[in-house]
Amino acid sequence: MLKFFDFLGSLVIRFIEESGRIMLLFIKTLMWTFRPPLNLKNIVRQMEEVGVNSIPVVLIMSIFTGMVLALQSYTGFRRFNAEAFVGTVVALSMVRELGPVLSGLMVSGRVGAAMAAELGTMQVTEQVDALYALATNPIKFLIVPRFLAALFVMPVLVILSDIIGIIGGYLVSVTLLGTNSTIYIKRTWDYMKLDDIYTGLLKACVFGIIIATISCYQGFNTRGGAEGVGKATTKAVVLSSLTILISNYFITAMMF
Amino acid sequence: MPNDGQQYIKPDSMIVVRDLYKSFGENHVLQGLNLEVTRGEDMVVIGGSGTGKSVLIKCIIGLIKPDKGTIFVDGEDMTSFNEAMLNEMRKKFGMLFQFGALFDSMPVWENVGFGLKQHTNLKDDDIRGIVTEKLNLVGLKGIEELMPSELSGGMKKRVSLARAIAMEPEILLYDEPTTGLDPIMADVINELIIQLREKLRVTSIAITHDMVSAYKIGDRIAMLYKGKIIEIGTPDEIRNSKNEIVQQFIQGKSEGPITRGE
Repeated sequence: MLKFFDFLGSLVIRFIEESGRIMLLFIKTLMWTFRPPLNLKNIVRQMEEVGVNSIPVVLIMSIFTGMVLALQSYTGFRRFNAEAFVGTVVALSMVRELGPVLSGLMVSGRVGAAMAAELGTMQVTEQVDALYALATNPIKFLIVPRFLAALFVMPVLVILSDIIGIIGGYLVSVTLLGTNSTIYIKRTWDYMKLDDIYTGLLKACVFGIIIATISCYQGFNTRGGAEGVGKATTKAVVLSSLTILISNYFITAMMF
Repeated sequence: MPNDGQQYIKPDSMIVVRDLYKSFGENHVLQGLNLEVTRGEDMVVIGGSGTGKSVLIKCIIGLIKPDKGTIFVDGEDMTSFNEAMLNEMRKKFGMLFQFGALFDSMPVWENVGFGLKQHTNLKDDDIRGIVTEKLNLVGLKGIEELMPSELSGGMKKRVSLARAIAMEPEILLYDEPTTGLDPIMADVINELIIQLREKLRVTSIAITHDMVSAYKIGDRIAMLYKGKIIEIGTPDEIRNSKNEIVQQFIQGKSEGPITRGE
């Protein structure tokens, strides 16, 4: 019994320690972000990696999500003759919730894993030490560009995702379910407020920060060769995905 | 002579390590280590694997913070430095890592020119010029555009050496410069280290367990054992040491005080 509490306690302590370290890294990253010079070349390269290269997956995910949303809400709404509101539901769900969350999860799987693996490999092959030895701060050189790229690119991805998701819903409703095109578009527009979009974009920024910070943290704290890199990568994806889902609830509740 | 013996640093001492302690959990790696390296000298630290040689040089360049003790670099106590001061101090250093530690996302020329790019206002063309010159110095030609993954082990070490000397440091640290190389390539690296000392007049610390290399490049050799320097002297003095531990190590015998755990 005592052993159980011992185990439970150490788990809690480890969790708090780890969160504290991630927070510290986040604060340090922020501090280095505002210290010149800005490494534009590296930021642009990371933006390409995080953003441009993520577009295909995000697009495919969004169009199918929009399509399935239209199908499902149509099935439900028909039962109480509210088919006309399919467009509204698709648009609100995409913009407020599914666009940011699903993009966040996609990016954490694609980009977070890559960040953790790359920085982890650099750590175990002493490349991070080499940066220090060359009088260059690795946080400034490696983390800040990834952090800024994720922060600025996530909202863009989410806007794309929103648009494509809404188009997906439109296509299914109009071509498959025979909804009137004009009514669908009107229903989509009329009930959407700017606030909905802002909430989604705020989420996108927060998710970007979460992905970059957690993945870079895992990469920097990699120990023990190839196995360590594998573990760091897994941890980066699992932790950032969970954190995205949890923080998503709280952001929604706050903006309610 | 100042009466505060602890703080007195001889003017010709480049690096002075005093009473250095470092533990990782229960593993007490350095236990009161003392070492003085004179300006322009090539100091070789020998010792078995896992005796803390790497920890020692990582402490000197500020990659690892010691638990106790002081390290004077060029007369200043670097253990009291903050991150910004450490960064400034590191510009005096060049370091050759055991496996090169080249940045594998950059071609050779960007690797070698990294310090110049970060810390000077030189244009890319000027940096390329310096890079070519440094690569020639380590005997490499025409590999500027290659990626590190396209290089052999020996070439990686030489590129890493070129990177270490690109900023013309005052102090060079070599982490196992010849480990993992064939005997001929190892000798090429040894020759390079000697040449660099003569051409650039740098102070250097090399850690190794390759005795051929230690005798060849060392002005003095220090033996690290159980967290302390147990013997220090010229290669000849070390070769004729009366200390059984030193003798076992330099002759590479499996029987002796080290393996008996004394």
